[in-house]
Amino acid sequence: MTISPSKKKEKIDRLAETAARDDERGVSLWQEAFRRLRRNPAAIIGTVILALFVLVALVGPLLVPHAPDAQLWKGEVRLGDFPGPRAENWFGTDQLGRDEFSRMIVGARQTLLVGIVATLIGLAVGSLIGGVAGAAAGLGGRWGRAIDNVLMRFIDMLLAMPSLLLAISIAALLGAGLTTVMIAVGVVSVPVFARLLRGSMIAQSNSDYVLAATSLGVKKPKIALTHVVPNSLAPVIVQATLTLATAIIEAAALSFLGLGNNDASIPEWGVMLADAQPYLDSAPRLAILPAVAIIITALGFTLLGEAMREALDPKLRK
Amino acid sequence: MALLEVEDLSVTFARRGQRTVHAVDGVSFSVDAGEVVGLVGESGCGKSVTSLAIMGLLPKQPGLAVGGKAVFDGTDLLQLDDRSRRDIRGRDIAMIFQDPLSSLNPVIPIGLQVTEVLTRHRGMKGAAAEKEAAELLDRVGIPDPRRRLKEYPHQLSGGMRQRALIAMAVACQPRLLIADEPTTALDVTIQAQILELLKGLVRDSDTALLMITHDLGVVAGMCDTVNVLYAGRVVETARRRPLFREPRHPYTVGLLGSVPRLDAGRGERLNAIPGSVRDVLPWPDGCAFAPRCERRVDACVGEPPALVLAHHGRSYRCVNPAPVAGYAPGDDVRAVVPTQAQPGSVPAQAVPDDPPTVPGLGPAPREEESA
Amino acid sequence: MSDDILVEVRDLKVHFPIRRGVIFDRTVGHVKAVDGVDLRIPRGKTYGLVGESGCGKSTLGRALLQLNPPTSGEVSFDGVELTTLPAGKLRTMRRRMQMIFQDPMSSLDPRQNVESILTEGLQTHGIGTDRDDRRRIIGETLDKVGLPRWALSRYPHEFSGGQRQRIGIARALVLGPELIVADEPVSALDVSIQAQVVNLLDELQETLGLTYLVIAHDLAVVRHISDTVGVMYLGALVEEAPADRLYNEPLHPYTRALMSAVPVPDPDVEDRRERILLSGDLPSPANPPSGCRFHTRCPWAQPTRCADERPVLRDIGGSRVACHFAEPIASGELRPHQVKTQLTRPAGEGEEPHSVSAPSEPGSYV
Repeated sequence: MTISPSKKKEKIDRLAETAARDDERGVSLWQEAFRRLRRNPAAIIGTVILALFVLVALVGPLLVPHAPDAQLWKGEVRLGDFPGPRAENWFGTDQLGRDEFSRMIVGARQTLLVGIVATLIGLAVGSLIGGVAGAAAGLGGRWGRAIDNVLMRFIDMLLAMPSLLLAISIAALLGAGLTTVMIAVGVVSVPVFARLLRGSMIAQSNSDYVLAATSLGVKKPKIALTHVVPNSLAPVIVQATLTLATAIIEAAALSFLGLGNNDASIPEWGVMLADAQPYLDSAPRLAILPAVAIIITALGFTLLGEAMREALDPKLRK
Repeated sequence: MALLEVEDLSVTFARRGQRTVHAVDGVSFSVDAGEVVGLVGESGCGKSVTSLAIMGLLPKQPGLAVGGKAVFDGTDLLQLDDRSRRDIRGRDIAMIFQDPLSSLNPVIPIGLQVTEVLTRHRGMKGAAAEKEAAELLDRVGIPDPRRRLKEYPHQLSGGMRQRALIAMAVACQPRLLIADEPTTALDVTIQAQILELLKGLVRDSDTALLMITHDLGVVAGMCDTVNVLYAGRVVETARRRPLFREPRHPYTVGLLGSVPRLDAGRGERLNAIPGSVRDVLPWPDGCAFAPRCERRVDACVGEPPALVLAHHGRSYRCVNPAPVAGYAPGDDVRAVVPTQAQPGSVPAQAVPDDPPTVPGLGPAPREEESA
Repeated sequence: MSDDILVEVRDLKVHFPIRRGVIFDRTVGHVKAVDGVDLRIPRGKTYGLVGESGCGKSTLGRALLQLNPPTSGEVSFDGVELTTLPAGKLRTMRRRMQMIFQDPMSSLDPRQNVESILTEGLQTHGIGTDRDDRRRIIGETLDKVGLPRWALSRYPHEFSGGQRQRIGIARALVLGPELIVADEPVSALDVSIQAQVVNLLDELQETLGLTYLVIAHDLAVVRHISDTVGVMYLGALVEEAPADRLYNEPLHPYTRALMSAVPVPDPDVEDRRERILLSGDLPSPANPPSGCRFHTRCPWAQPTRCADERPVLRDIGGSRVACHFAEPIASGELRPHQVKTQLTRPAGEGEEPHSVSAPSEPGSYV
């Protein structure tokens, strides 16, 4: 048998290949996604908006010129006429003579808190349910399908209820307040996360590399954790970012309806919006300012989320 | 004058912040009426992009640039506006793709899709169009064509779908049929049916066929002339028999050595081409195949190898081609066309008989000439 | 012939239920993907399984490795019956039987680097004492499959198709298996890369004494790599023979048709060969034809027996063939009937041998 020439060739080839590549470490998909993200203008704009927002939320309350609940200019408030923007009150005062600028700044922290906590609740509960259902459906056989069925019918029930109605009933159960808003908004987003993670996991469970791991003899729970879950996370992360945007809006809506925080000392954009309602004619800025703030923040999260979707989408990967 | 004359076709994709990709780089070839011409190469060699560029079907995107000429029957297809190009497409030139399912509209019955072509290009209507459609389906070997006309693409098998697609392609008796990997998605017995059908259509109707494939076996059975592509360039052109009997370009040699053959015994080691297309030269200008080439010499890396017009209309781009018995290394070289000067523009027949001294030709191969 | 049988499959069946229903699932039928297959693979040899898509060859490979639970039948691996083995013991056995997949991209976890892809199996089976020991084993495996050491820190998407397939082979090899089931190991690769991988598989078998079950639709690849070849049609073997014998003397009509359909990269062969073109498509495995499954497309089908009696594999001079009329077909006593098939003889088409006149044949100058 003459096998030497092509063997020689292959050896040369290996050497050439080794020489041709530098020895730097490999680039994982996460790193690649991050690189793509950095090149996307939408991601940059979104990040800048959010960075400003977070900065304001974190340090703003320490630097505000006036206490947000001090009715310092109460004397100047007339029916249908509140002090407008001026040197000492950049955004004017509200109907109770409080500095609107300070209230907006302090309100950012509340809004951020509500958005993040609500999203985290939805993410945690939804991922737990979706993850168990997905693992059970994808890898678990007959019993797995049963577990999946039970969990998903529960999720269907949640989904069948109009989200606002659900939030209102939760609020009715727990009483109005910030916690209520966070829980209500969080619960509303549970089905989204659960279904997303489950679907993604089932799709991954049918992939060849899961079969390969099975044929290596890896146990199913380990396969679910090391292969299926990491590969199913990308859409969930994107959804979490987008949910932050909707959570802020929904929280504002609940506050607007009077289910939110009624502690006047801690302003919140949704409550401010609600309170401004009677004065739309005389002082529209009281409604416009928090509304615009909510919109810009939500836009920041949406931009970042969409950019992340593009960065993480394997179909756009070369 | 050939039916289709592609000259120095180039397709580049430029992207912000990335190097420009030359998907097709100075490709020239021609297709005569009634001739079956093959474009052969592995994935990424630019064969599909070539056909899409000719048809004007490349997705419009910023950074895409198509250069050169593709003259069909006296008209440069690349200069046409979208409207006249659409008129030519389907009527004079038709295309068949690899995946028949995605080429057919899933929500429209087969019959309607065939009659649509007839209406658009041949002005047929109603019952006449339907009758013609049924005849077309019958002609491409779809049993019970009347019933099939009412069926949707998903109700047909892969082979039947490809037949339906071929029926649509030949509906207007095009003069050129471009088939892009028409049988790659099909099983081998179905592939045989489809290839036989295509051969028959070409033979009976004098349609020219441009066959794009990676399968050398398919080429061996079908094509009159074969163009081998590598990394966006035609590296060798020859008639079918000479190409398979005496390949000159080392890549063609390597490809033929790589294919396991049905008529070879167990355990014969295949002569694989080392490396992969992704291997690149440290010098971007050289022959793209050089990093994987066994016959690499110093001259391979300086500049892109010029087109060598050799005996009997063969041509290749290589400075150190595989030797052929009965030829001294210099003998077979009749002319070298520098790459810059539009390689395809010098017809092989016009080349003088005495071999000129060739600039840019590497050192003559020293070994194994006596064999 | 060696009697050291590593794998024995007896009457293996894999039926997938077809479920319908809005609220309650009802099983309305079964797709008989594998419907009664017997085969034996001797240690150190290669068994090639060919057939067209939907013939059940991949399902058979997976059922053999217990990745799809078989509906019935037995699979014994080195004397151990796998179908009744408890899950824990089966996992331990997996070290000895590995799989190589068709698509090297989808069979590698895109978020694992090569090192963790290769370590996973070692950890699962407790091979190697510590990290360094495992690194040594992995390094040796990389050498065997021809991958450089720097590959360890890289991710699958950073490699070309051929290199990815080498990673897949390394993953199987790192456990030191005896049997490797390779499901279309080269069909996703380019021709020049295919040859590299085929050579690699050959080399590995030679040096490591591996036993292969190679599943492929490409007859040329299977012929090249296999000692014995089995041809499947609609879930069952129709013919099994030593590779050379099968290719020189195909006995089953389906084998003949299949072989005549494979293009050969040689114009002389292509122009001279006779093609048996089968009519129609593969029948549905959910509702296979009665009797001989091939009789609906068989150019030699006879009015007697073929439609009512399912032929069993029987020995004919070293081959096993499932055809009632194998002998008369082989002797030429039975002729294919023209009605049911398009039997074409490519005469007078393409280039006529004499029309390619001497001057265009460089070799003819000599």
